Amino acid sequence: MGALMWPQILSGVAIGSMYGLIAVGFQITYAVSNTMNFSQGAFVMVGAVLCYSFNITWGLPVWLAVPLTLLICAALGVAVERWVVRPFARNGSNAWLLSTIALGIIAENLAMVTFGKEVRGYPSPLAEAPISVLGFGVFPLELLIPVVGLLVAIALRVLFTQTLMGKKFQAVSENPETAQIVGVSVRRLVALSFGLSTVMAGLAGMLIAPITNVSATMGTLLGLKAFAAAIIGGLGNPWGVMVAGVGYGVVESLAAGLFGGSYREIVGFAVVIGVLALRPNGLFGRAQIEKV
Amino acid sequence: MAFIPQRRTIRRRVFIQGLAGLGSAIALAQLTSCTGSEPSAVDSAPESDASAVADATGEPVKLGLVAAITGPSALSGESITRGLEVAIDEINANGGVMGGRPLELVIRDDESTPAKGVAAARELIEQEDVAVVFGGLDSPVSLAMLEVIHELETPYMGVWAAATGITRNDYEPNYAFRVSANDNIVDNFLMRYANQEKNASKVGLVLINNPWGESNQKGFEEWASEYSVEIVGIEKFNDADTDISAQLTRLKDAGAETLLLVANAAPGAQMMKSLTRLDWDVPVVSHWGISGGRFPELAGQEAADKVTFVQTYSFYGDQSPAGQQVLSALDEKYGLAGPEDILAPVGTANSYDAMHLVALALTQAGSTDGPTLREAFYNLPTYEGLIKTYNQPFTPEDQDALGEDDYILVQWEGDKIVPVVP
Repeated sequence: MGALMWPQILSGVAIGSMYGLIAVGFQITYAVSNTMNFSQGAFVMVGAVLCYSFNITWGLPVWLAVPLTLLICAALGVAVERWVVRPFARNGSNAWLLSTIALGIIAENLAMVTFGKEVRGYPSPLAEAPISVLGFGVFPLELLIPVVGLLVAIALRVLFTQTLMGKKFQAVSENPETAQIVGVSVRRLVALSFGLSTVMAGLAGMLIAPITNVSATMGTLLGLKAFAAAIIGGLGNPWGVMVAGVGYGVVESLAAGLFGGSYREIVGFAVVIGVLALRPNGLFGRAQIEKV
Repeated sequence: MAFIPQRRTIRRRVFIQGLAGLGSAIALAQLTSCTGSEPSAVDSAPESDASAVADATGEPVKLGLVAAITGPSALSGESITRGLEVAIDEINANGGVMGGRPLELVIRDDESTPAKGVAAARELIEQEDVAVVFGGLDSPVSLAMLEVIHELETPYMGVWAAATGITRNDYEPNYAFRVSANDNIVDNFLMRYANQEKNASKVGLVLINNPWGESNQKGFEEWASEYSVEIVGIEKFNDADTDISAQLTRLKDAGAETLLLVANAAPGAQMMKSLTRLDWDVPVVSHWGISGGRFPELAGQEAADKVTFVQTYSFYGDQSPAGQQVLSALDEKYGLAGPEDILAPVGTANSYDAMHLVALALTQAGSTDGPTLREAFYNLPTYEGLIKTYNQPFTPEDQDALGEDDYILVQWEGDKIVPVVP
């Protein structure tokens, strides 16, 4: 039984890294602006659908399709902040909650109209033939995904602690008024953080597409689970959120493996409720609450 | 005026609001996509070359279709629509029904969701005044529609969804008719094939976690003893599961020699990918849900080739006059040059015959009144159809027009479905 669980843990880590990546997107904008883009899930789909369209439908090479997709995601993220979040947040309203959710629904339905409602397979050499790890078949992509997640987390860490830009982020997240006074353009940083968060979502979408297949509705549940991961992680720092994402992926994957597929969401979300009951600020919430 | 964010003070409230918001977003997404999709694709009475008999010119008789026009099983809806339309063209060109009334099809998309199917069926009967409601691929949708069908006393004609309980239901009188497979009979068919052709004495069941999966679980359990086959494990999985290798490992360890699969194309493909992970080369004998979507694309060609599954008809090989006629009509109307272009062929074949039987029933009844029409289904004249010649296809005891003798085994060849060569 113990041996049986290894492949479950591995695929749990892979999908969990995706939750982590998307959740870090929630965390970044929350740290900088106290707002979030609840259409993160939809941007997972946008990333996958755009990349599929560029790469498969129109035949662009991968090395062109991927950066192009990320660029568009970044631009869309900045636009979301400017048109869907800022007008509400500026007035101190929480209406950005609903407006970003609404945007996600619009994006999903737009994709149904343009991309279609059919599920399409994303052919990838990394998800065709499994390789043997500890005697279990794993698709190479499932090993690559956590590596990318780790690299992104490290890159963010470096960005936030080692660069001037990072110092600005930190300053804004600690106290935007003061940061503004000493000459940091808060507005630009907030826009940037939204761009960064949609890039994360788009990246997750592209990475996971060959495993989950591409469809207009692929992002909804991913977004919800990532949000859960962000909250469990405590919204305090990217590492905590990343760890929570991976943890969530492993828990639900183990639940599916041990008790059958019907129990995946039951156990997963029960754990979320349990964690929040015990630690209302999340697993890593309290200590580093003010840091980025 | 620079935008200065507020301090954070709303951690828990944001969470609760967010969760509620995302929850309602999912619910809303279902609703909006219901109304958001094209509400209908009403085909006007098709124009036909004024040859042969007099064209039907009277007031049209409307017939409804509730099927997956979009979504993972969209191919099934397309295929069903084609079969129905080709039959309608023939019927209308030959004078229509009930002494000169043309047939007209009104289509609603259920998006594979029971709630949408029920709402669509009610709307079709109450607003559009359809005489018969045709069903689509999804058994859960058709099962859910039974209540409204019987409440409004309008015959249902199944052309794909195979759940046993659709026709063998508890309603009296029973308004559900079907020209398609019946799970219970399919389960017998598949179990016997696994036992006699694949020489399996131990099988594992891999079932989708919904009422259709349950319908087949009952059937398999009932028929296993008939062939002295032992069911060594029953594993269920969900539409969105990406890795079910743990469940499959249990079946492998339990000694399953053949797997019996019941799932639609997308989840079925994930199950095949998980088999690839395990490097487990085991025969897979499947119900026909996998033929409603892009199974070879999603599963990979190599994996798809390993599956044997059931159909009611194949457009390959020698065709009867009816077969030739349907093939040329499909070519003319939809540009399908040959059998290789007909995706999800059972939908087309079943629908074609079902539409002709419905037309005969309408003429027999001389009325679109539900109870009268229902009675007429028991007194149909012999009809030489595509799948077979129907001699009294429906009786109050058996409202399935097709039986075991009408099923065939097929496999994928590219994205074509071809009969298994014994």
